[in-house]
Amino acid sequence: MTKVTLTVNGKTVSKSVEGRTLLSNLLRDDLHLTGTHVGCDTSQCGACVVHVNGEAVKSCTMFAAEADGAEVKTIEGMANADGSLSTIQAAFQEHHGLQCGFCTPGMVMSAAALLKDNPKPSEAEIREYLEGNLCRCTGYHNIVKSIMAASGQSVPAVAAE
Amino acid sequence: MPKDGGIGASSKRREDLRFLTGKGKYTDDINLQGQAYAYFIRSDVAHGTINSIDTSAAEKMPGVEQIFTAKDFEGVGGVPCGWQVTDRHGEVMQEPKHPVLAEGKVRHVGDPIAVVVADSLAEARDAAEAVEIDITELEPVLNMKDALKDGATKVHDDLTSNLCYDWGFVEENREAVDEAIKGAHHVTTLELKNNRLVANPMEPRVAVAEFDSSTEEYTLYTTSQNPHVIRLLMGAFVLGIPEHRLRVVAPDVGGGFGAKIYHYAEEAFCTFAAKQVGRPVKWTSSRSEAFMSDAHGRDHVTKIELAMDKDGHFLALRTDTHANMGAYLSTFAPSIPTWLHGTLMAGNYKTPLIYVNVKAVFTNTVPVDAYRGAGRPEATFQLERVVDKAAREMGIDPIEIRRRNFITEFPYATPVAVEYDTGDYHATMDKLLEMSDHAGFDKRAEESKKNGKLRGFGIAHYIEACGIAPSNLVGQLGARAGLYESATVRVNATGSISVMTGSHSHGQGHETSFAQVVADMIGIDEQQIDIVHGDTSKTPMGMGTYGSRSIAVGGSAMVRATEKIIAKAKKIAAHLMEASEGDIELKDGAFTVAGTDKSVAWGDVTLAAYVPHNYPLEEIEPGLEETAFYDPANFTYPSGAYGCEVEVDPETGKVTVLGFSAADDFGNIINPMIVEGQVHGGLAQGIGQALVENCAYDENGQLLSGSYMDYTMPRADDLPMFNVDHSSITPCTHNPLGVKGCGEAGAIGSPPALVSAVVDALQRAGHDVTHIDMPLTPDRVWAAMNS
Repeated sequence: MTKVTLTVNGKTVSKSVEGRTLLSNLLRDDLHLTGTHVGCDTSQCGACVVHVNGEAVKSCTMFAAEADGAEVKTIEGMANADGSLSTIQAAFQEHHGLQCGFCTPGMVMSAAALLKDNPKPSEAEIREYLEGNLCRCTGYHNIVKSIMAASGQSVPAVAAE
Repeated sequence: MPKDGGIGASSKRREDLRFLTGKGKYTDDINLQGQAYAYFIRSDVAHGTINSIDTSAAEKMPGVEQIFTAKDFEGVGGVPCGWQVTDRHGEVMQEPKHPVLAEGKVRHVGDPIAVVVADSLAEARDAAEAVEIDITELEPVLNMKDALKDGATKVHDDLTSNLCYDWGFVEENREAVDEAIKGAHHVTTLELKNNRLVANPMEPRVAVAEFDSSTEEYTLYTTSQNPHVIRLLMGAFVLGIPEHRLRVVAPDVGGGFGAKIYHYAEEAFCTFAAKQVGRPVKWTSSRSEAFMSDAHGRDHVTKIELAMDKDGHFLALRTDTHANMGAYLSTFAPSIPTWLHGTLMAGNYKTPLIYVNVKAVFTNTVPVDAYRGAGRPEATFQLERVVDKAAREMGIDPIEIRRRNFITEFPYATPVAVEYDTGDYHATMDKLLEMSDHAGFDKRAEESKKNGKLRGFGIAHYIEACGIAPSNLVGQLGARAGLYESATVRVNATGSISVMTGSHSHGQGHETSFAQVVADMIGIDEQQIDIVHGDTSKTPMGMGTYGSRSIAVGGSAMVRATEKIIAKAKKIAAHLMEASEGDIELKDGAFTVAGTDKSVAWGDVTLAAYVPHNYPLEEIEPGLEETAFYDPANFTYPSGAYGCEVEVDPETGKVTVLGFSAADDFGNIINPMIVEGQVHGGLAQGIGQALVENCAYDENGQLLSGSYMDYTMPRADDLPMFNVDHSSITPCTHNPLGVKGCGEAGAIGSPPALVSAVVDALQRAGHDVTHIDMPLTPDRVWAAMNS
């Protein structure tokens, strides 16, 4: 067992983990942050995306031990301080960017990482960036719209609101 | 001006708040005190005889509670099938036993053989490595036509052959169809495959079960689209648990698309094992496990023939399909290629004579059952593809040949035993041509040509049967269940309302749209209404969500229950205002006496119902809670016209979807935003099937597409922005909301439109190509161009 100490959503936590424990397991099973979802076992679906030291990371591809000393942010840490939805979260609701909600935490975390590096992405840039996040419900249409709206751009006007 | 609440408003979804903040409660988020973890050991061969299973070493491994094999399930029932099809000779289908754990033989890669239950998942997995299983491999049965040959290896030794059934519909039309085809001016023939798919909801299946020895009650938390159906099937047929001692909860469920309708062995296992080991048992599917244990979809091989007169009027249609059942019969499997497929073969056209033959075949593959659309995509695909080919052979424009044969008078009784109540197919076609700028296509094609690309436009028109289904009818057709829906409307003393619905929401947004309906009927704010679903201990017996049935059947049940509430509330209001009940009107949440200024608020009436001091107790009971069960009079018949525009790279065969337009008639719309989202998702799955998705087995029955490394899911950059419209409305005539359902349409209409577009692009470039089997991967398109 290895002892890991990390900051998750601003709170410092210490846990003893097996060497094979993934960061996604640490978050879900040990820290009970079940907003981070696991949708595959080959690092393809992106439902488990969190931010590690500010970068989007698939938490199923990283051992918990590797996160020792890291600053981790999960979907539970994304809302505003007063509990209201952040700009990205609010845009997803406004533009119906989610249905079953399972891929949503990963989508929101990826979207936040994208907008940090590229504050005004084009539709094509958003679609390319989301290559690593699978959604089976929305056909991505409203996710793309949500991210464009969250970046302050007008959304493609192909469908009625 | 869009509405800001009630029916017709794009109300924002209330469920989003928990999903967007990580507070959704999915089954895998549920952990019970003292739970053990189940790990399934599955067959790695397609077909084999189990000689021995040695668990002795594994049992001594750390953390192991118990290891289960078929021996432990003696006296336990098999996983039941919910539909018995009768074949064209009047014989019932062959129905093999589907044991919870393999008995003597394994019949597909992924067939569960043994289960390790241990303190942790890691320990269960470690111990599974130490279980020794000796299997003698047998020849796998994979090709459906070969499987039906005399002397073929059998999937089930106790059946007479690999034929589940040989279904003919309508059998009485068989000879007349043959004659009409023989004598026709022209017959267009097409052979095609409808590729096998995996539903892939993003949340893998999970089951967590506990047994309370003090009350002898079981609770199963499971990823289900229909918890009551699981309770009935598992309780009555597998484990023999009385329903009042079995609670099934399907909390937030991360998508279903059909794959979470069925009762699965893992659910029965966890429930059974929880009592055996005396502690809760949890199983969480990995994605790889999902690929070999979730029911698959489609997998038809079809020959279709369309006979026409000299003007392209359809005279007769004959189809011959082999439908893969896989190794066992999943819950609704037998009904998919028959009653949800054959009955739709008329499509939007007035073809007077139709005969459908379906041979359902057992193979050494994962069971196949409903996947979004379920039979209707298979019907639409073959019909629309043959119509396209017929248009070309007859020298008639594909849009014109459709228009020439459209049904225009309703109600319309098809020769395949269903009656369409309403529709306006010219209207959806007109809308599609307008929204896709069909008139401007040639100019765009020229632009593509200048860039060295081939541009094509494809069209498909579809009809589906939704709002499943009249119980007495499906009973005659072999269903072992009714297909009504239920709702209890519980009005609280202060006027807020809890609606307990038998429908289940796993992405459809019922918590919002169902509340809109009740809010509209009573005239109160949507936020005063909560929708409760997914728990057999809370909701009345319900049949769940699939077949685009929730608003049409579940919504209708809720309307009926709300009507009862309003009728009773009017009696109370009449008493409070000392007026005649017949004069009471309910508007905007207030009861008034017609022609007077007398009024009582909704909350005053609800309070009186629960504090009945001034109340007509001799006439009506206190309280305000009503239940309704709604059994639909007919299916509903959504329809629409879909258009796809593609560019093909002639160098590589790569297809790019440039635009996709969908003009649907869903009847009345409750929440346009949600409806559009449903269409988007359906389109993505249909385009996925046509372009990238394929579930493949090799010649040994090994699942080649067993993970997201090999099964291609449509990604954001595979798809365009969609152009959707639902303004063509012919309301359903037989349900109170006039709704038809919208959940599956996108997946039904899109595959033939996309294939048509690619074929069109190739034909315009002079290639003699009339069809390419899905998925239209670059190598297949390139091969079609260069053959």
